[in-house]
Amino acid sequence: MRATKAAKIAKAFKRIYTVLILLALYAPIVIMVFYSFNALRSTSTMSFAYTSERPFGYWYAEVFKNEAALIALRNSVVLALLSGFISTVLGTVAAYGLFHLHRRRLRAVITNVTNMPMMNPDIVTGISMMLLFATTFAIVGSGQTGFVTLLIAHITFNLPYVILSISPRLHQMDRNLPEAALDLGCTPLQSFFKVELPFLFPAILSGFIMAITLSLDDYVISLFTSGSSFETLPLFIFNMARKSVPPSIYALSTLFLLIVLALLITSNVIQRKTEQKQGAH
Amino acid sequence: MKKLLSLLLIALLVLSLTVGLVSCGEKEDEIQTIDTPYKGTTLYVYNWGENIANGEDGSLNLEKTFEKIYGINVVYTTYASNEEMYTKISSGTVSYDVIIPSDYMIARLIEEDLVQKINYDNIPNYKNIADQYKYNLFYDCGGKDGMTEYSAAYTVGMVGIIYNTKYVDEADVADHSWNLLWNEKYSGKILQFDNPRDAFGVAMYRDHLNVNSTDRADWEQAYRSILEQKPLLKGFVMDEIYEEMEGENSYIGAYYAGDCLTMLDNNENLDFFYPVEGTNVFVDAMCIPKNAKNVGAAELWINFLLETEYAIENSLYICYASPNKTVYESAEYREELGDDYYSILYDIPEQYKKADGTLDTTIAQYFYNQTAEIKAVQAELWNLVK
Repeated sequence: MRATKAAKIAKAFKRIYTVLILLALYAPIVIMVFYSFNALRSTSTMSFAYTSERPFGYWYAEVFKNEAALIALRNSVVLALLSGFISTVLGTVAAYGLFHLHRRRLRAVITNVTNMPMMNPDIVTGISMMLLFATTFAIVGSGQTGFVTLLIAHITFNLPYVILSISPRLHQMDRNLPEAALDLGCTPLQSFFKVELPFLFPAILSGFIMAITLSLDDYVISLFTSGSSFETLPLFIFNMARKSVPPSIYALSTLFLLIVLALLITSNVIQRKTEQKQGAH
Repeated sequence: MKKLLSLLLIALLVLSLTVGLVSCGEKEDEIQTIDTPYKGTTLYVYNWGENIANGEDGSLNLEKTFEKIYGINVVYTTYASNEEMYTKISSGTVSYDVIIPSDYMIARLIEEDLVQKINYDNIPNYKNIADQYKYNLFYDCGGKDGMTEYSAAYTVGMVGIIYNTKYVDEADVADHSWNLLWNEKYSGKILQFDNPRDAFGVAMYRDHLNVNSTDRADWEQAYRSILEQKPLLKGFVMDEIYEEMEGENSYIGAYYAGDCLTMLDNNENLDFFYPVEGTNVFVDAMCIPKNAKNVGAAELWINFLLETEYAIENSLYICYASPNKTVYESAEYREELGDDYYSILYDIPEQYKKADGTLDTTIAQYFYNQTAEIKAVQAELWNLVK
């Protein structure tokens, strides 16, 4: 009797703890979503008494009038997709190469080197990248920071995360799998694309999603590597600091959130399906 | 499943590409185009965030209007502080055509040869700027009769005190003094700036010190005043002040007059005054960086923003005072803004006036660019405060 009571209490605690954690994680986001539907401009009061002047969804309509904000959103999405894609390709190749590197010490050294951008504080990465570009421009004699420099910077900080996401999956792979493929008449290239890559796919995908999320999120490194022609959404929003942030930005952030959410759900669904398929074999 | 992924990616791409093309304003449709040699070129503008009418709140989207009139493509990026802008400009990795720094920063940019002289012949609307923002400005007065050479004023403003009439006794406000921010009665409900220049400024006005002092003792005195104030403070804030004051979580704070109007708009219990001891006055002005690539278009842009019609639109959106006399002399503008707000923005308080009615800059003080030595002292003391 006592044991079950203790178990019950423990269970209740677990639940409360989970709820608290979820609350801490998601309450700010939920509140922001609520404010994006606020009938007032001020964040001090939440009101849903819509008027003809500010009807339901007013701040969403406002966002679509603010071209600069939409361009910033588009920039962020384009940059995230492109840097995510490139770093995933590079990361996959790198992880595969590292896995097949048989000199252990060298492998350890290279792994640590690739992990460095991950350990570095963003501000150090940002400043050193800015210096790198400034020096390069000085040597070449021309050049400006802009989309390309941002892209390079984002690929740089995405890469280790992609590698980190793929490496464990590689180590899980049955070494006999590619060998069997070769035995059955595949060329090494065919074996890679038909056997190994499908096996790695869930990890590659989560690496890709991770890279996109990191890229969408980055402020500090973008600050130092962006130029006069390309502003990302985090930069745009942060730069409103002197003035009050208008609720239309909450609406914009909510849209942003939906994009990220859609990405996460898709990645989960795909992972689930792949696992089911592989489990069935 | 791959289909699902690719579909999603395609959807995202399409969304991202079309989203910028959604057009909006009815207001922009009746615009007459003007042909110039700069048609088809690109203009790079670097401005404070939220510092131009952008189509929200029923305003005119000025960037788009300019693009329509002149056929010049405007690429617009923003910064959060003068220092951030300076880092970019001085890094040499970027070139902009128009920037809008504050007074002391303009002085520094001129000193370091990072901005170029403006040919005002190409900016006929420069005449719209009131004389007091054209002549004898400490940051840019090398021209004939002390006229500006490098800049054209964009917005101006002063710092004042905003307070809640519901909680703050009339008697405590009657003397219009900075001491209100040191009043123990409101302990825990007072806000102070979260940047050293403005925070030390507040203490220095109260103590009747020169905010541009190069004497360490003055800074130490201001430091002691802030230490004395610290136990009474709710916190050191910047844009959090909007929520604090509007939500009545704090009762007293100091902020830029233009932004205080936004707060007054959102809570009718709030009121505003300029303290008698003195305050900070500031100017943000348009400049053309030395390495600008499209100077002609930059001049068109500056001229465009000084055009009465657009300047009125802009001032109503930004809420800061305009140095453009065709704006503040306009009856239409005054009516839209309302007499109360107009008076806050444009009527120089008696205590800041010189005998001839102009602003006494020994009381309403500009922040000068500080020497490295004083900057270090300020940073050191600020660290001790925080």
